[in-house]
Amino acid sequence: MARRLINCTINGDPTDFLVEDGDSLLDALRNEVGLTGVKEGCGTGDCGACSVLLNDRVTCSCLVFAPEAEGATITTVEGLADGDHLHPLQECFLEGAALQCGVCTPGFLVAAKALLDHNPNPTETEVRFGLAGNLCRCTGYDKIVRAVLEAAAQMREANV
Amino acid sequence: MRYFAPTTVDEAVGLLAESPGRKVFAGATDVIPQMRAGRPEPDGLIDLKHIDRLMGVRRTATGWVIGAATPTSQLTGNAELVAEFPGLCEGAGLIGSDQIQNRSSLGGNLCNASPAADSVPAMVVNGMRAVIATGGGTRTVAVEDVPAGPGRTSLAPGEFIVEFELDSAPANTGDAYLRLIPRTEMDIAVVGAGVRITLDGSGTCTAATVALGAVAPTVVRVPEAEAALVGSTIDAAALDAVAAAASAACNPIDDKRGTIAYRRHVAGVLAKRAVNIAAERARNRAGGTPSSNGGSH
Repeated sequence: MARRLINCTINGDPTDFLVEDGDSLLDALRNEVGLTGVKEGCGTGDCGACSVLLNDRVTCSCLVFAPEAEGATITTVEGLADGDHLHPLQECFLEGAALQCGVCTPGFLVAAKALLDHNPNPTETEVRFGLAGNLCRCTGYDKIVRAVLEAAAQMREANV
Repeated sequence: MRYFAPTTVDEAVGLLAESPGRKVFAGATDVIPQMRAGRPEPDGLIDLKHIDRLMGVRRTATGWVIGAATPTSQLTGNAELVAEFPGLCEGAGLIGSDQIQNRSSLGGNLCNASPAADSVPAMVVNGMRAVIATGGGTRTVAVEDVPAGPGRTSLAPGEFIVEFELDSAPANTGDAYLRLIPRTEMDIAVVGAGVRITLDGSGTCTAATVALGAVAPTVVRVPEAEAALVGSTIDAAALDAVAAAASAACNPIDDKRGTIAYRRHVAGVLAKRAVNIAAERARNRAGGTPSSNGGSH
């Protein structure tokens, strides 16, 4: 079967790529667009390593068929930094050592961004529930939760 | 496998009719894991999310219409719907993580036909109806008549759910949904209990519906519990009768999440607690204050 041409906007840039109809968005982003910050963990929507923003909503890209991306706006972890200037979440993850092996980190960063976009001043409990769709098998979650709370505080201060 | 994105119900009906190997999907949160687990790949997948009628939460003159493919985050994000039907939104909001919530839908949760589907008991107690597209138009059935067994529905080949109808709640009515899982979040119900209670001005129950999930091949209504509630003031005797009836209505399985005996016991406990929450919400409605939102978790 002929491959299908998909046009969408990824990290602010108009992008097109070719897919098979049954491909996942995860595979298309990694293999066709070269955005390897999107990680494959479970492949069944349990671990959140493949989290992206699809039309500003956090979604597991492993549970999206690639043709669904037609016309969509997608943000991956590669789109969080502003050039060489890291996003406050990325800075706080680094400062707080909120990662070890790092495979889960892109998904956590994207999910945390979605959380703070909708709730700039979350409680610890809200952060823990908001990130319940992301699994980390190295750090435990305390450093991640603290990094997100710290980033939220910095972002609120910057917006004052 | 081919991907289709029809923009009308008729177009989707036509695409389904062309080949028996095609399936409809909304969020794909069940269909993709099932394909990965080795279920036969459909030869065509029909994406229902580009059909306006299947997307969105709409108020009508008599209640609400919820598109069958609407992401459940749009239900929990609708303050008016949450205020009127907090229990429905609690059930819908428990389907997976935020990532899943942005894709999962009532239509998918119902038609995947897991006995543990979290939105289904709350849909049943609120008397929701499914509007089903058929070859020749639509037909409307009660939500509780859709599941036929684990993984099976009463829909004929070529049919799919377009939208759900939900009548406005009568005065002094409250609903609630509770589930038990072995951890705090992100698991499949061991037991789920949905309840809706209507009170009169003096606090006597005039109508009650109780439905349980995850304790039988399909969602089960518990008429004995409902009968025990109607005419009572939701007193201790009525609550004990609810618990006994709920335990008796179970036909559960043993699995890694719970034994038969445990599920029976928990069904009674959860049903009782859900009655108390629904009744409290109904009393608050009587006082003119909106029901509290239990939150999406």
